Amino acid sequence: MKRLGVFVCHCGLNISDTVDVKKVVETINKHPNVAYAVDYTYMCSDPGQEMIKSAIKEKKLDGVIVAACSPTLHEITFRNAIATAGLNPYQFENANIREQCSWVHKDKNTATEKAVEIIKSMIEKLKLNQSLTAINIPITKKALVIGGGISGMQAALDIANSGFEVILVEKTSSIGGRMSQLSETFPTLDCASCILTPKTVEVGHHPKIKLITYSEIEEVEGYLGNFKVKIKRKPAFVDWDKCTGCGLCSEKCPTNVPSEFDRNMGTRKAIYIPFPQAVPKKPVIDSKNCIYFKTGKCRLCEKQCPTDAIDYNQKETFIEENVGVIIVATGFDILSKENIGEYGYGKYKDVIDGLQFERLLSASGPTAGKIKRPSDGKIPEEVVFVQCVGSRDPEHGMPYCSKICCMYTAKHALLYKHAVHEGQAYVFYIDIRSGGKGYEEFVQRAIEDEEIVYLRGKVSKIFKDSGEDGKLIVWGVDTLTGKKIEISADMVVLAMAAVPNIGVKELAKKLKISTDAHGFITEAHPKLRPVETLTAGIFLTGCVQAPKDIPETVAQASGAAARAITILSKPELEMDPLISTVDEEICTGCGVCVEVCSYKARELNEIKKIAEVNEALCIGCGACISACPSNASIHKNFTKEQILRMIEEVT
Amino acid sequence: MELCYYPGCTLKTTAKNFELPAIASIEKLGHKMVELPRWNCCGTVHSLAADDLMHQLAPIRTLIRVSETGADKVVTLCAMCYNTLKQANKIILEDNEKRDRINNFLDEEKDYSGNVSVLHLLEFLRDEVGFEEIKKRVKRPLDDLKLSPYYGCLLLRPEGIGIDDIEAPRIMEDLIEALGGEAVDSPFKSECCGSYHTVDDIDPVIERTKMIIDDSNARGADAIVVGCPLCFYNLDYRQKDAKERYKEFNSIPIFYFTQILAIALGLDESTCAFGEHFVDPRPMLLNKNLVLSGWK
Repeated sequence: MKRLGVFVCHCGLNISDTVDVKKVVETINKHPNVAYAVDYTYMCSDPGQEMIKSAIKEKKLDGVIVAACSPTLHEITFRNAIATAGLNPYQFENANIREQCSWVHKDKNTATEKAVEIIKSMIEKLKLNQSLTAINIPITKKALVIGGGISGMQAALDIANSGFEVILVEKTSSIGGRMSQLSETFPTLDCASCILTPKTVEVGHHPKIKLITYSEIEEVEGYLGNFKVKIKRKPAFVDWDKCTGCGLCSEKCPTNVPSEFDRNMGTRKAIYIPFPQAVPKKPVIDSKNCIYFKTGKCRLCEKQCPTDAIDYNQKETFIEENVGVIIVATGFDILSKENIGEYGYGKYKDVIDGLQFERLLSASGPTAGKIKRPSDGKIPEEVVFVQCVGSRDPEHGMPYCSKICCMYTAKHALLYKHAVHEGQAYVFYIDIRSGGKGYEEFVQRAIEDEEIVYLRGKVSKIFKDSGEDGKLIVWGVDTLTGKKIEISADMVVLAMAAVPNIGVKELAKKLKISTDAHGFITEAHPKLRPVETLTAGIFLTGCVQAPKDIPETVAQASGAAARAITILSKPELEMDPLISTVDEEICTGCGVCVEVCSYKARELNEIKKIAEVNEALCIGCGACISACPSNASIHKNFTKEQILRMIEEVT
Repeated sequence: MELCYYPGCTLKTTAKNFELPAIASIEKLGHKMVELPRWNCCGTVHSLAADDLMHQLAPIRTLIRVSETGADKVVTLCAMCYNTLKQANKIILEDNEKRDRINNFLDEEKDYSGNVSVLHLLEFLRDEVGFEEIKKRVKRPLDDLKLSPYYGCLLLRPEGIGIDDIEAPRIMEDLIEALGGEAVDSPFKSECCGSYHTVDDIDPVIERTKMIIDDSNARGADAIVVGCPLCFYNLDYRQKDAKERYKEFNSIPIFYFTQILAIALGLDESTCAFGEHFVDPRPMLLNKNLVLSGWK
C-alpha cells in the first residue's frame, strides 16, 4: 500500500479564510493511505517545498498530494520539487481546493467538507498512478523562416550565425522586403538601402542559409522539432543557375508594365529584376504581360541572353524540407487608397500613399529622387500630409494605431522641405505618438526647424479644384483653434493604415496558427510570450504580429531567433508523458480513434492491425479514449478505473 | 405593379410639381403609384434630432398604415420622409425593447414588426424598374444636357440608411445617363445645402448655395438635379438672395429628378410647373430642343 503525504496550503487567506485547514489535516490524517499530513501558509514558497522534500525522505513517502491552487499554476513546481527528493514526478497530484472550493464557497463547514472530499478523490487517483518518464523526441536542427524582409533576414542571420541551418523562403524574387522600398529612415535619416544591403548580401552569401525566393509555402505537416514543409517555387522562366544577372534581357524587352516596386509610379519590363540591389540579382518573366506568352512571338530576351538562361517552358516545382522550428515574418502591406471614399477612392493621381512618397524620395525611384507629382511632373509647392488614414478609425475597420505613421510622416515632411526649400508642408494629425529613442526630438525638429505646419484634426474631404491648375482642395479642421481649414495643395500624401500582407490568413491556416480580428498573427501571450505562437515550435516576428518600426522589428527578430535556438540547441525534446496509449491485446484496429484525433497523433499499423499513438503529437486530450468502442485506448495516469474510483469516493 | 406611395407634406403643397411628373412617369413605366390613405407627418427633423421614442411615433404610425394596406414596401419622393421612415423602421427591426415599448404605447394600433421596406423613388427606379429599361423607354433623350447631380445629406446618410455610397454615389448619375444626359461630377454633391437654417438664418444657406452653384457652373453644368424638396428650395429660391449679395453670381436652373424623367419620357412638361421655379429652366430647355416653344 502506497504511503502518501498530504500538504494543505493556506494560500495566505485565500484558502484558510473559507476552509478550516487544520480540520482538513486532522480528518485526512485518518485516511488509511495517508502516512503524513500537514498544513502551511504558502506551499509554493521555498520553505513549503523544503517541507515536502524532507517529508518524502523522513516519512518514506511514495506519493504526494498538495491541496492548493489549480494545477495550471504550480503543478510543475511541485513535480520538480518531488523529483529532486528522488520520487518519480508523476507520483504527485494537485488537489485544487482554491479555485474549485474556497473561492466559490461562503460557508466554512461545507467548504471544509468539500476540500476533504477533493483530497480523498485525488488520493484514489494517486493510488493507481504509475511512474512515468518524459518522452524524448529528436529535433531536426534546421529552421524555416518565412518572409525575407528585414525581420526574416535578421532572424535567419541570428540562427545561421549560431551554427544552425536556415531555409529562408521569400514570395517575391528578391529579399529586402518593405525596407528596400524606403528612402531614408527615421530618426537618423540613414539611407535605407545603405543599411539594408549589408544584410541582404550577408543573407545571400551565408553558407548556413539556403535562400529560396519566388516561392511560397504549400503545405506544412508535423510538429515541434519535426516539421515537414513543402515549398512551391513559381516558374521564373529563367534558369537562375545559368543567369549571370547581366540585365541585357530587361534592356531589350519591349514591354513596359507599371512597377509594383515603385508602387505603379514608374515602369518595369516584362522580364525584370525588381530593384538594382536585388538579392539574388536574377530576373523573372511576368507571363501575364510578356508578349511571347500572350502571342507566341517576340523571344527577344532569349536572343539577347548570353548564357541561354531563358526557359519559357519552366514549370512550378516543389521542394520538401524538414525543419525543427518555423519563424513567420511575412510583414505588412498598407491599406489601399481605393478604400477611402472621402479622399477620392484613389481617383486623384496626386493623392498618393506614404510608400509612393518613399519611392518619390528614393534615388532609385521613378523620379530619381526628385519630388515631382505624378499627374504632370510639377514640383509640388504645397503638400498636405494626412496621418491616421484608415487607422484609429473603426468606421474603416481598423481601430488600431499603425504606430509607424507619426514618425514617417514627420520624416516625409522634413525630407520634402530639404528637397523643396520654398515649399510648404502641412501635417494633419490626431495626436503625435513619438515614443522611441530620439523620436520626439525628431518630430520637434520637423515642427520647429523646418517650419512644417502641424494641424491637429482630421481631413474631411479632398477634391479637385474646378480650375485648370490641377490643385487639390483639402478640407480639414484645426481642433485647437476650432477653425475649418481649407488648403489648396499640389499633392497630398496619405499615411495609410498598416494591414497584414495578403495571404497571411491562408498561411496561418496551413501552419495551424491563429490570427486576430484584423488578420495579424496572434502571439501566445501579449506580454510574456510575444514572439511565440500558440503552436509549439512556430514563432513570429515583425509586422505580421502588429505594425512596428525597424528597430523594434529587428529586436523582435533576434528574440524569435533566440527562442528558436533554445529549441534547436537541445539534444532532444522532452515531452510530458501524460498522453494516450493503446492496449494492443484489446485493440481491433477499427480506426475510430484515427478519425477523432485532431492532432493527427493516431495512425493504423497495417501489419499489426492496431491503432498506434505518435507520442510526439499526442497532447492527451482524451478524444480517442471516449471514442474507442472496445476500451483499448488508455490515458496514462487517467485510466477509467482511476476516474471511477475518484467518482466513487465523492459520491 | 401597384406601388404604395407616401407623399408627405411638401409634395402635396409647394412641391406638387415634383409629384405630378413622378406619378405620370411611373405610369408611363408601367406601374401605378397609389397614395397611402390616412397618412400623417413623417416626423421630419424632430424624429432625427430627438433621442426619444415619442418622436418616432409619427413615422411608425405611417408604417403601420402601410402594412394595413397589405403592402410590404412604401415609396417616397422626399429625402426627409425617406430618411425618417427608414430610420424609424430600423429601430423597430434592431431594438426589440424599443419595438415593444412603441407597440405598447400605440395600443389602439396593430403591433408593428418592421416588415415594411422603405424606398426612395430613385431606388425604385434603379432596383425595380432598372436604368436599362428606362433607357429603352426614353422618347426625348436629354442630348447635350449637362446635369450636375446634387444629393445633399438625407439621401446618403447615415451609413446603412442612405441609398448609395456616401462618398461616391452613382444613382443620379446613372439615371441622368440613362435619360441621355451627361452627368457632371461635383465635389459638393453630398455637402449640406443649409437645410432648415433657411427658415431662421439664411446667411449660411446663401453661402452654401453659392458655393455649390458656383462649382457646378465652373464645371460646365447646364442645370443641377436634386432628390430632396428642401435642397430644391435652398438651391433654387436662395439664388435670389445670392444674386442680391453677389453681383457676379450666375444662376442655374434646378430640376427635381422626377421632372427630367418626365421630359425624357416625352410627357407634357406642364405638370412640372417650371414657371414656379425661381430660375425658370425653360429657356435653357428650349435651347436644347427639350420643351415646346409655345410655353411663352
